[in-house]
Amino acid sequence: MATKQIIHGIYSDEVPLLDACAKLRASGIRIKDVFTPFPVHGIDPVVGVPRTRIAICAFIYGITGLSLATLMMWYMMVHDWPNDIGGKPNWNYYSAIPAFIPITFESTVFCAAHGMSLTYLLRCWLVPGAKAKNPDPRTTDDKFMIYLELNEEQSKKADEILRSTGAEEVNYKGTITIEPKY
Amino acid sequence: MNTDKLNFVVPAKAKMTSMILMAVGLVSIICMFLFDKQPDDHHYHATRAWANVFAGSFFFMAIALGAAFFLGLQYAAEAGWATTIKRIIEAVSWFLPVGLSCLLLIFIFSQLHMNTIYPWMAEGVATEGSENYDAVIAGKIGYFGIFWWIRTLLYMVAWVMFTWKLRQNSIEADALGHEEAKGYHWKNVKLSAWFMVVFAVTSSTSAWDWIMSIDTHWFSTMMGWYIFSGMWVSAMITVTILVVWLKKLGYLEFVTESTVHDIGKWMFAISFLWTYLYFSQFMLIWYADIPEEVTYYQTRWESYKALMWTVLMVNFSFPMIMLMSRDSKRNYFFLIFVGVIIFIGHYLDIIMVVMPGTVGHHWTGISWMEVGNFLFFLGLFIYVVLNNLSKRPLLVKNHPFLEESAHHSY
Repeated sequence: MATKQIIHGIYSDEVPLLDACAKLRASGIRIKDVFTPFPVHGIDPVVGVPRTRIAICAFIYGITGLSLATLMMWYMMVHDWPNDIGGKPNWNYYSAIPAFIPITFESTVFCAAHGMSLTYLLRCWLVPGAKAKNPDPRTTDDKFMIYLELNEEQSKKADEILRSTGAEEVNYKGTITIEPKY
Repeated sequence: MNTDKLNFVVPAKAKMTSMILMAVGLVSIICMFLFDKQPDDHHYHATRAWANVFAGSFFFMAIALGAAFFLGLQYAAEAGWATTIKRIIEAVSWFLPVGLSCLLLIFIFSQLHMNTIYPWMAEGVATEGSENYDAVIAGKIGYFGIFWWIRTLLYMVAWVMFTWKLRQNSIEADALGHEEAKGYHWKNVKLSAWFMVVFAVTSSTSAWDWIMSIDTHWFSTMMGWYIFSGMWVSAMITVTILVVWLKKLGYLEFVTESTVHDIGKWMFAISFLWTYLYFSQFMLIWYADIPEEVTYYQTRWESYKALMWTVLMVNFSFPMIMLMSRDSKRNYFFLIFVGVIIFIGHYLDIIMVVMPGTVGHHWTGISWMEVGNFLFFLGLFIYVVLNNLSKRPLLVKNHPFLEESAHHSY
């Protein structure tokens, strides 16, 4: 069991915030989260957010869509009831393949796009009725916040860095007890 | 922002290379005209040689036009990211007058019946009783003839004027203070908005007039977009290769990795636009199976099958597999490697568009003629573009989005 201090470092601009993030990370402090009123470009590597894996998901969803469409068209157009459309008989999948390409394409895009959106929403738990997890609503207006969960020794170091980089406020929001995972 | 090395000096090696390319190409072109003995249906016209010269002129002119379009697009959309590479795009776009002059020269020779690129230009094609009489062309002749020439000259003048003015405003703004320069930026935004409208119409109609009318009997509503997507992707490839090359030479330190990544994305994305239009045109004609439409693909399927498949594989599958991941678009080697290959792929695409309507079934595959001719125009293009690049600083001075672009990262 470890008790950790919750610290909110509030800034009024993104430039000192990025500076603080870089300094915090350089001194070995893990940044739990950052809240900004607008997307700040280039913030991910500075905060230490690992690279997104959504591209891998997109690829898998795309392949799924492609396979489903192929299976569907093969069953409908070739296996179950072969039709002769415009002098192009569907005795096998390959002979009329240009006709199948648009559907394959659409299905791939459909599944990749919807799969990605749903994955994102579920991963961030942005479901209907979900409670907003914003510790300080001012970050939706004009304030920038670094959110830290640190032990006592690190708290002191972080406090110094936050103040020296021009934090407007450094708020201590109580402690949190973290259960060991094993 | 590191703004050392703003003045580009053409490396002696690059200058030499472009000269050698031009010399080799010129010899090939002369040989091509002397030794190209492929018979026409009626007379000897050096058809293949002319078709090659036309393809070369059109392809490289189209790159410059694509770059001009992209430049206008950035202004019209008020996009900031590309500001640091604006001068490179400008340099590419100013090959336009050279490319258009080559085309104009060929058109004049066509009108003088020195070549048979355009069947509708033949004498007596619309006169009943003439040996060249063609009932189908006679029905369309009002659209061709003098009306065609008026349109052709209008496109040329309009494109050159717009591109010239965009470049001129950009260099004039450099000499001013930061505040006065904003006026020039707005001028360019307005100009670009008009250019986009003009370009939307003329890119389509010029493709009908210059490319589609080679197969005068045939028609396709996809042709304008198809040619346009080809020129756009070729322009993106050219800009990418130039930027990476200049960075390797130690210039362009102010261009961020994310900007390079972004032009790589354009190269990737427009490859799909091209594939989409290429396939759409094919599929509609294949499905409808109307005799007057399918002739186009019949010639290609019978005599150009290998080329047709090569073009599709190189321009679609290859960039899709190679450029899909984020890392490959940030890797200079990959960008150059893929870029060079699809650049050649898109030249082959133009060959495939031009040759069946001119050379037809006499086609024997890619030969020294195609290669030599390509090398000449490549040399000319490199020479002109590098020369343009050396005439102006590599970075714009007072562009309002300059800071944004210099910090472009994600």
